[in-house]
Amino acid sequence: MSDLTVPKCWKLSSKPHNFCPGCGYPIMYKALGENIDEMKLQNKTFIGLDIGCALLSWDFFNVDTMQTHHGRTIPVVVGFKKVQPDSVGIAIVGDGGGYAIGAQHLINARMRNEPMTVIVVNNAVYGMTGGQEAPTSLPGQITSTSVTGADQHIIQGSRMLTEMLDDEVYIARGSVDNLIQLKTFIKRALEWQINKKGFSLVEVLSFCPTNWHTDAKQTRAFLNTMKQRYPVGEFKLKKNKE
Amino acid sequence: MKKLLTGNEVIVQAALASGALGYAGYPITPATEIMTEWDKAFVKDKNLRFLQTEDEMSAGFVTIGMIMGGIKAFTATAGPGNTLMQDPLTMAENMRIPMVVIIAQRGGPSTGSVIYSQQEVILSGWGGNSEGYRVVYSPSNIQELYDYTIKAFNTAWTHMFPTIVLTDGYVVKTRQSVDIYQPKKLVKSHPLVVKSYERNADKELDYQNLSNTFVTEEQSYEVNMDLMNAFKKMTPKVVESEVYQKGNYKTLIIVHGLVAGAAKEAVDMKGKEKKFGLFRPITLNPFPINELKKAARGVKQIIVAESAHNQLQKLVKEALYGEHINIKQYGRPGLGITPEELIKLVK
Repeated sequence: MSDLTVPKCWKLSSKPHNFCPGCGYPIMYKALGENIDEMKLQNKTFIGLDIGCALLSWDFFNVDTMQTHHGRTIPVVVGFKKVQPDSVGIAIVGDGGGYAIGAQHLINARMRNEPMTVIVVNNAVYGMTGGQEAPTSLPGQITSTSVTGADQHIIQGSRMLTEMLDDEVYIARGSVDNLIQLKTFIKRALEWQINKKGFSLVEVLSFCPTNWHTDAKQTRAFLNTMKQRYPVGEFKLKKNKE
Repeated sequence: MKKLLTGNEVIVQAALASGALGYAGYPITPATEIMTEWDKAFVKDKNLRFLQTEDEMSAGFVTIGMIMGGIKAFTATAGPGNTLMQDPLTMAENMRIPMVVIIAQRGGPSTGSVIYSQQEVILSGWGGNSEGYRVVYSPSNIQELYDYTIKAFNTAWTHMFPTIVLTDGYVVKTRQSVDIYQPKKLVKSHPLVVKSYERNADKELDYQNLSNTFVTEEQSYEVNMDLMNAFKKMTPKVVESEVYQKGNYKTLIIVHGLVAGAAKEAVDMKGKEKKFGLFRPITLNPFPINELKKAARGVKQIIVAESAHNQLQKLVKEALYGEHINIKQYGRPGLGITPEELIKLVK
């Protein structure tokens, strides 16, 4: 190993990266990048990147990547895997790309058990466009499209995707303030795909101090509030007992 | 070899003859049987890929994913599905992805009819937030449907622009005799991202990082200029049209697609007597501007006939701007056009 403190598969010429100070994405990419290094996946990984803040990482890795249209990253990776079944296909989407504009693709990819891994970065806002309400915004959360507070309904995407079928699946929710756990979840999700078990997903609770309008301390506190609504851990399929 | 096939079956035969290995689609009348026929081929051939997707956007983007993986792949749609297909088509334009799309026009606007029209010309050629960096073929009968579907794959993989075969519900649903042959020329496909799994991890250029986002206005301008220049350079190599019959006439009828069949009959019946001939663009985009100007030289009037209000006519008027020729429009949205109707128009 070199003396670099960043994963070897990070593309150095594109650093410093384009994310805002305090953003959670680079932390998630540390977890993903270390897994790619340790599992020796650099030459066989294909990453699709959604619109939203994910697009800022179109050249983040020395890995084949393709930035697509908003919500349409999952279908591109699905098609790619049909042709390159031994590659590792990863779709990186935000909460909007995953649970709003691309929700039909996510649900159907899980239904068909597509051999791919989806990473949904959940920061409770639409970051790229300046902090509008997301399907994951917390009840009462002030955003630029919920100026009197977001409504009471939040999507439990990971739980929904786990329970929508009786088939086994690997779905977990991690957070960027626990790198070791997040790295483990991503590793298991990638192993699930590599072992030809099909669809896997990791939802990542992430920081967005720019649009949360929070300082460092408040940012951590907000993430802790998010964890109360979005519990961290691996989702277990409830077996229907007849 | 002559076979009795529907247009939808012919498209699948042509795709297979072209070496296409992948199809992703969403059912929509009148194009559904392209998918069901592909599925029949798919279950017999392990090399083929097939996916029935959740919608047309997914169909287009799965097709793009297959192409990125290195195979020839295509999708097919119609009407409202064509509207959704503009999402993947603009990405294919931006990123030069050789995506082939078959469009079987039905009647619009909205859900419209499931049968026939020529109302998707502008959408197919210039839809989306783009400027039409794509090739559109308009075959006029079932034999041409075979020929031009093969040509579409060759054009797409030669020039790396998305390529559309624009047909309609009448053509794809009709069963006719067609000559199925092995194409003489086939352009090979290649992976657009993973060129090899053996790479030097320290070499950044060994990896593809692809984006369709522009950071500045200048970058937007540059990419658009590159696309336009490449499209212009390609144009003389792909542009196609037909004049029927050659000769001196007073009236030039301009039609495309299926209506060309009726127009040819009209010319055969009364062309000499009433002094009219036919011009038909085979590529709607790029439009055969020079060829049309040449054919229109010396004629007194032009009649544009189409199963739409004003789609082909827009292209004709733009092509003939400044030529001072009287242009009459015969627009019949959703309706077929007979030789007798066309003959009556010539006065």
